[in-house]
Amino acid sequence: MTTAMKAKAAPRTGVDWFLLLIKSVMFFFIATGVLLFIFQQIDPGNPIASRLNDDATGLTADQFEGLVIAGLSQGAMYGLIALGYSMVYGVLGFINFAHGEVFMVGAMTGMITSNKLHEAGAWESNFVPSLLFIVLLSIVVSTLTAVVMERVAYRPLRGSPRLIPLITSIGVSFFIQNVSVVLLGPGAKSYPALPDWLSKKRDIWFISIEGTRLLVVLVAAVSMVGLWYLVERTKTGKAMRAVAEDKEIASLMGINVNRIIVTTFAVGGAMAGVAGILWGIMFRSVIHTTGFLPGIKAFSAAVVGGIGNLNGAMAGGLSLGSAEAIAPLVILEPWGVSGVSQLRDAVAFSVLILVLLVKPTGLFGERLSSEDRG
Amino acid sequence: MTDTTVLAPARGVLDQDWRKIVNYGLLLALAEVFIALANMPVGLDDFILIEPILSLGYVSLLWLPLLLGYSIGTEKVLEGVTSHAKGAREVVAGACVGLIGGGGVSGLVLLLDNFDLRDPLVNWSPQLLALLAFDNGVGYGVGVWLAIGGGLGLLGGSMHLIAPLARRVVSTMVLAVVGVAVLETILSDIAEDLFLEWLADWIYFIRGGVSLHGAATVAVVAGAYAVWGSKAVKGAKASYQALEGVERKQANKVSIAVVVAATILLPLVLGKITNELLANVGLFLLLALGLNIVIGLAGILDLGYVAFFAVGGYTTAILTSPNRGDSWPTWIPQVWWVVALMLVIVLAGLTGLFIGAPVIRMRGDYLAIVTLGFGEIIRLLFLSDWLGGFTGGAQGVTNVPGVQVFGLANVRGTDPRAVFYLVAFFCAIAIYVSWRLEKSRIGRAWMAVREDESVAEAMGINTVNVKLLAFVVGAVLASFSGAIFAAKVGSVFPTSFIILVSIVILIVVIVGGMGNIAGVVAGSVVLIGVLGGPKQPGLLQEFSEFKLLIYGALLVWMMLKRPEGLIPNVRRTRELHQDEFLQDAWLKGQIDEGDETGDGGEVAPA
Repeated sequence: MTTAMKAKAAPRTGVDWFLLLIKSVMFFFIATGVLLFIFQQIDPGNPIASRLNDDATGLTADQFEGLVIAGLSQGAMYGLIALGYSMVYGVLGFINFAHGEVFMVGAMTGMITSNKLHEAGAWESNFVPSLLFIVLLSIVVSTLTAVVMERVAYRPLRGSPRLIPLITSIGVSFFIQNVSVVLLGPGAKSYPALPDWLSKKRDIWFISIEGTRLLVVLVAAVSMVGLWYLVERTKTGKAMRAVAEDKEIASLMGINVNRIIVTTFAVGGAMAGVAGILWGIMFRSVIHTTGFLPGIKAFSAAVVGGIGNLNGAMAGGLSLGSAEAIAPLVILEPWGVSGVSQLRDAVAFSVLILVLLVKPTGLFGERLSSEDRG
Repeated sequence: MTDTTVLAPARGVLDQDWRKIVNYGLLLALAEVFIALANMPVGLDDFILIEPILSLGYVSLLWLPLLLGYSIGTEKVLEGVTSHAKGAREVVAGACVGLIGGGGVSGLVLLLDNFDLRDPLVNWSPQLLALLAFDNGVGYGVGVWLAIGGGLGLLGGSMHLIAPLARRVVSTMVLAVVGVAVLETILSDIAEDLFLEWLADWIYFIRGGVSLHGAATVAVVAGAYAVWGSKAVKGAKASYQALEGVERKQANKVSIAVVVAATILLPLVLGKITNELLANVGLFLLLALGLNIVIGLAGILDLGYVAFFAVGGYTTAILTSPNRGDSWPTWIPQVWWVVALMLVIVLAGLTGLFIGAPVIRMRGDYLAIVTLGFGEIIRLLFLSDWLGGFTGGAQGVTNVPGVQVFGLANVRGTDPRAVFYLVAFFCAIAIYVSWRLEKSRIGRAWMAVREDESVAEAMGINTVNVKLLAFVVGAVLASFSGAIFAAKVGSVFPTSFIILVSIVILIVVIVGGMGNIAGVVAGSVVLIGVLGGPKQPGLLQEFSEFKLLIYGALLVWMMLKRPEGLIPNVRRTRELHQDEFLQDAWLKGQIDEGDETGDGGEVAPA
C-alpha cells in the first residue's frame, strides 16, 4: 500500500490532469457528435456523416419538434419536483433523498381517486371537476407525507453530522417505496383513460402539441409563478429566505424557524403532488418505483440550475428534460451508438456529472442563501 | 450510576401525562393497523412459533403493545432532574396505551366487516377479518382485541414494577423462546449432525414450531442463564479487558483461533440450504467490508458501490465463460478463474480511480448522488444494445464455469459449502486488510479525513489521494465478491446489479456499526442471513415480502436512535454523541481531565 502512495506522491496534479482529460474527451465527444449530426442533416449520404454511422438518416423537422416538446414537458415535471429539493436544500442544507417518494405518493393518490371516480362514472361525465379534485387531494396527501417525514425523521437530526440526515432520507425513501408495495401491491397500476379533447394533438400557432403535454407545461408555469409570488412577495417567503440565510439570526428576529421549515417541506410536497398527477395523466401508469428515477433526475435538475435557486430549478428541469430527449439522437446516434433510447437515463446522469465537474454551482448559481456551504 | 440515584416517591395514578399517552396510543393503533394491512398477520400465520397456541402472524401484532406499554413508563434519567420511583402510574399508562392500540385493531375489524376496500388495499381480505376475529364473529374480535391491547400494555407497564434482574430474566426467556422457534431450520440441522436429534424432537413439534414442553424447557434454560450465566460471561469479559500486553495478545489469538475453527467446522455440520445462506452472507459481508472502508473509515458515502460488484462479476464472466458476447475478438482466451481474478483486481482498481477521481472533491452529498449516477450508468451500459455485443445485454453472460481449485474441487452454486469456504477465504483476507489498514498510517489518515477534511489537510494529509485510495480498496474488495458471485450463480445479468444492492449493503454497514469490523460481520449475519439479501432468500423466507420494508424502517430507526450501529466503533460513537458526552462529563466535573480519560471503552448510552 505504501508503494501505491509513493507512486502517486506527486500531489493533486495527477487528479487534476485526469479531470482535464475527462472534460476534454467529453467536450470532444459532444462537439463532434453535434457536428456530425449537422453534417448528417445537410446530407445523410456525405462521407463524414456516414463514416461512423451508416444507417443514420438525421431527423425531420417534425421529429425534432416532437423531441423538443417531449423534452420540455418532461422537463417541466422534473422542474416541479426539483423545486422541492431546491427549497429544502436552500433552507436546511441537505438533500432530501425521499422527495421523489413524495411525488410517487402524489401519483398513487391520484391513481386511487381517479379510478374510484372512474368507477362512479364521474371521471367521464365531469372530467374537469374530477381532475381538480384529484389534484387537490394529491396535494393534501403529498404535503402531509412531506410534513410527517420532516417531523419524524429529519427534525430530530437537525444539527447532526452532514451525512446522517442524508442516509436517513435514503432509509425514508426505501421505506415509503416498500409501504406502497405492501399496501397497494407490487404491480404497475394505471390511470383511467383521458377524454379525447384533452389527449388529442392540437396545432397551436406553428407547433403541434398533445393536449396533456400542453397541460403539463401550463400547470408548471402557473405553479412556478405561484411559488415565485410566495417566496419573493409574501411575509412567509421573506421568513423562508431569512431562515435559509441564517437560522439563528432568523429566530432572533422573531421568526419561528421550525414553522418555516415545515412550510418549506409542505410547499415542496405540494409541488411534488401536482407533479405526481401530471405524471399520472401523461404516462397513465404508476408503480412504487415511479418516484426513484424522476426524483434523482429532479435532483440533478436542481443541481444543474444551481441548488437553492428556484428559477434555476425550473430552468434546470427544462434543460435536463430536453437534454435527455435530444442528446441521445443528436450526440450519440451520429457516433454510431445503437439503441440510443436505452441510454436516456445514462445521459441524464452524465449531464449531472458534467455540470458538477465544470460548474459545481450550477448554471444559474446557488441562491436562496448566500451562505457558503463548501 | 442510576442505581445509586435517590428516587423521589412514585407519583399518583392519575398524575399522568395524558397527551403523551394519547400520542403513544394513536401511534400504536396506526402501527398495528399498518402491520395488519401489510399482510403480516396473514402472511406469517403459517409460521408456527409455539404449537398450537402462537404463530408469527399473531406475534407481529402482539409485540408492539408490550413494547410501547413498557416504554411509555420509561423516562430518560437526567442528572439534576428529579426521577420518580415507578409504580401503579406506569402500569395504568401502559394499559391505556395498549387499550388505544387495541382499539385501533378493533376499529379495523369493524371496517373490514362493513366496507370493501380491496381495490386499492390489496390485503383487505376476508382472511384478515377471520384471523383478526379469531374465526369467531366480529363482536368477539372487537372485544378480544381491546382486551389483548389493554392486557399487553398493562403487562408491559408492570415490567417497571419488578426488579431489574427479574425483568432481565423475563425478557431473556421470551427472546430465547422466540429465537429458538425462529431458528428452527438451522438449529435442528445442527442438532441432527451432533446426534442431538432427541433434543430437537423434544423441543420442536413435528410439523414446525416449538412444542409447549419445548418452550418451557428453553425458557427455564434461558432464565437460568439470565440469573447465573450472564454474570459469568460478564466476569469473563471484564477479566479479558483487564488483561494487558502479552497476555491480552494471547487471549486474542485464542479467540481468533476459535472463530476460525468455528468457521471451518460449522459448514460441515450444516445442510445445503443453510450453507447456501452462509455463502450469501459471505458474499454480502465481502461487499460490506469494502463499503465499510469507504464509508466507515474514510467517510465517503458511495451509493454506486454496486458498480464495482458489477465490474467484478462481468469481468470474471466474460473471461471465463465460453458464452460471452459475439463482439469479442476470438483470440481472447477463456481463462482459469484465478487468472481472471488478477485482471478483475486491475480493472476494479482502475474503475475505482475513474469513478473516484471526478467525485472525490465534491461535497459529501453531491458525491453520494453522483456515485449513484455512476452506478446506474454502468448498469445501463451493460444492459444496452450498444455494448450488448460484449456484455450480452439483457440476456447477460451465461455458462460461467465454477472455480477449479487444483483439481480438488469445482466451486460453484451446486456446492454451497465450497462456495462458502471460498467466500470465507476472501472475507478473511478482507478482514485482515481492513484491520491492518485501520491501524496503519493510512487508516488514521482516513479517519482524520472523515472527521474534518480541512483539518486533515492542514495536518499534511493529501486528502485527495487518501480518499482515492479508500475508493480503490473498496472497489477491489467489491470486485472479489462480484467474481465469486459470477462463478457461484453461473451467469451474470444486469438485474443482479441494481441500485437496491448498494442500498442494502449500506444498510448492513450502518446497522452493524460503521467503521467496526465486528459490527459489519454481525450486520451481515443478522440482516442477510436472517432476512435475506435483495434477491437472495434469508433464513426467514416467509419474510421476503417484508424484508425491504423492514430494512428501510431499520435504517431510519438506527439513524434516529443509534447512528453508531449495533456494535459501534468507539471513536465514532464519541463523535456522534459528542454533545451528550461533553455534557455528562461536565455534569460529573470531569471536563478538565480531558475527554480521553472518562470511561475509556464504555461510552455514554444514546
